[in-house]
Amino acid sequence: MTPRSRLHVPAPPARPGQEPDFSYLQLSPAGAVYRPDVTAAARDIENLSLELVRVLDDEHRAVGPWNPHLEAPELQVALRHMLLTRLFDDRMQRIQRQGRISFYIKSTGEEAVAVAAGMALQPGDMLFPSYRQQGLQVVRGRNLVDLMCQCLSNTRDMCKGRQMPIMYHFGDGNIFSISGNLATQFPQAVGWAMAAAIKGEDHIAASWIGEGSSAEADFHYAMTFAAVYQAPVILNLVNNQWAISTFQGFAGGERRTFAQRGPGYGIPGIRVDGNDFLAVYAVTQWAAQRARQSAGPTLIEHVTYRAAAHSTSDDPSRYRPKEEWQAWPLGDPVTRLKQHLIALGEWSEERHAQLHKELEAQVTACWKEAESYGTLTQGPFLDPLTMFDDVFRDMPANLQREREEMRALLERQRAEAGSAQSQDAHGTPPRAHEG
Amino acid sequence: MARMNMVQALNSAMDVMLGRDPRVVILGEDVGFFGGVFRVTDGLQRKYGEHRVLDTPIAEGGIIAAAIGMGVNGLKPVAEIQFADYIYPGFDQVVSELARIRYRTASEFHVPVTIRTPCGGGIRGGQTHSQSPEAIFAHVCGIKVVMPSNPYDAKGLLISAIEDDDPVVFFEPKRIYNGPFDGDPHKPAVPWSAHPRGEVPDGHYAVPIGRAEVVREGADVTIIAYGTMVHVAEAAVRATGIDAEIVDVRTMSPLDTETLCNSVCKTGRCVVVHEATRFSGYGAEIVASVQEQCFWNLEAPVKRVAGWDTPYPHAFEWEYFPGQARIAAALNEVMEAR
Repeated sequence: MTPRSRLHVPAPPARPGQEPDFSYLQLSPAGAVYRPDVTAAARDIENLSLELVRVLDDEHRAVGPWNPHLEAPELQVALRHMLLTRLFDDRMQRIQRQGRISFYIKSTGEEAVAVAAGMALQPGDMLFPSYRQQGLQVVRGRNLVDLMCQCLSNTRDMCKGRQMPIMYHFGDGNIFSISGNLATQFPQAVGWAMAAAIKGEDHIAASWIGEGSSAEADFHYAMTFAAVYQAPVILNLVNNQWAISTFQGFAGGERRTFAQRGPGYGIPGIRVDGNDFLAVYAVTQWAAQRARQSAGPTLIEHVTYRAAAHSTSDDPSRYRPKEEWQAWPLGDPVTRLKQHLIALGEWSEERHAQLHKELEAQVTACWKEAESYGTLTQGPFLDPLTMFDDVFRDMPANLQREREEMRALLERQRAEAGSAQSQDAHGTPPRAHEG
Repeated sequence: MARMNMVQALNSAMDVMLGRDPRVVILGEDVGFFGGVFRVTDGLQRKYGEHRVLDTPIAEGGIIAAAIGMGVNGLKPVAEIQFADYIYPGFDQVVSELARIRYRTASEFHVPVTIRTPCGGGIRGGQTHSQSPEAIFAHVCGIKVVMPSNPYDAKGLLISAIEDDDPVVFFEPKRIYNGPFDGDPHKPAVPWSAHPRGEVPDGHYAVPIGRAEVVREGADVTIIAYGTMVHVAEAAVRATGIDAEIVDVRTMSPLDTETLCNSVCKTGRCVVVHEATRFSGYGAEIVASVQEQCFWNLEAPVKRVAGWDTPYPHAFEWEYFPGQARIAAALNEVMEAR
């Protein structure tokens, strides 16, 4: 037979009904990976892109050179942030299923990626997240009511009803606007970091991208610009194994780790256990110190697992085994940090149950308040005329004309609805609009 | 006052703004040490340093994305895209990001980025160095789109663009960088020094974005044009002897329909001229506005003179270019209609 060319079409190790199989994952024992000086040359530390930085071992101890030696109170705060993120996600998912918001994206199983990084960075550092790092909002002190109001597109919505749920921004908290166009934030973060260096400020930028969207050209732009200018930026690639229905092989992860792309650009690539709070914290701290000392950018691959569906519009039971999350070899980040604190004698099942209850009550109270500012179906509603605001700083004549055209149309509709209502005492009242 | 060509006027605009505002930075391919392939940033890196005038990798998407990030961090970046034909890798960053960041964050963030890019043909550039994609950008809400036709406007409009708190895509018709081109490639080149709009103040001044200008008053027909085509239209008017009023659009978005339509309502006839392809071109928007506001004053159907609906062919550049002959034919046709 004459050999002929043939496409390799990547296939995940298991489909629904099959045994989960994570034998493709290269793991390192906790504490086994060397921690170089933060000024080490990228070419001298390429092994970090192949191994897996882990701090928490199977006995829930913190071991090895990457142990950040955090005090118990700080770990308890971390546990609180991660648990709150999870309970918030669970509640918003249920609310979406009840039809009270249109869409939601959970971060279940990936809470450590955002919370640990958020805690390791400084408040003045600018964050450019993708859509699955709501833990950053929690760390930076965003009131959950604000996030809920955004998901509700109600009168307190920070986006004034212009964005789908979860596309938050937080100017005061230095978190940039989340885009539905994936990967665009990655090179923007590099530009922000370049500006910080141009201005002589020591704040750094950090961004997050999924392994799936790392196939976009924006990933390459970010890596190239970060490397060329040695920009003070941390580029986080969250490898949660799944991009909607395509497994990480479709983004190019079959033969090389994603972290290995770093050395290709002259940037250190570090592969870290994304479900190990301490490891993510330590690696972020290392990269932040490096960036602040003008030693350049770092690419961090967070090896984690997307425990939930991609979004509320997705049904993962159609493309992956239901049992995969249980079989994931790196466990659950919340459970692992909890067990570590218990092993330290700084936590207990009782205290955990108490915290759980307290945070549940907080989420409930926040939701109740958020709903009081309006829902999709019940007022008060945003004034639709505000849709013409903020296209530009000053509204140009064409938008002013369109706004007046719509104002007249709405007034006519309200007048008609009002006269119809006076004929039908049980009719639906016209929508009331806020100022 | 000094005599400047368009390259010098644009350079002077950036020089003035770099000197006045420490937030202004320039970035783009070859803009630094070399001063740009068209020399528009010549000498600026030497004067302001390599942190403020940056050479970049060849990555238009990266240039625009980095400019956005810099804008978010309080700088006022002026990004050069070496040819408008190269801008498409950055289109997502322009359309989905640059144009919408103010809107999607309810003004909590805004991005004062200016993108400068040379456009248009007539330099033997073939299909990858000759395009005029202004309509593609004018269609995007949230960005302003500008194209000057002379050195005075070029400097004043570029200063306005850099000072603007919103993003501006600034098209530079490269055929008239060095002189006002009348559409006849066989005539000797004419320098800007002989043109009244080649008189350019040395210091700071602004030409407002969003205002068209009547550059020739006339009674019989209105020619609406911009960029290089303003000069070709002027030549066609001289050749035909028709008393045409010429309006230079200058800003595609937001469009000054008032100046355009006042003129057409006065003359009752209208020819719209642009170099870009005709189908779904920017002229369609102008004609629609004219029709809406001047219908009862029109004496003849509005005509469009534009690039043919083909890519810009290298060998047939002058057959493609909407020159004086095609404008003259359209003027005669509109004048004869009754």
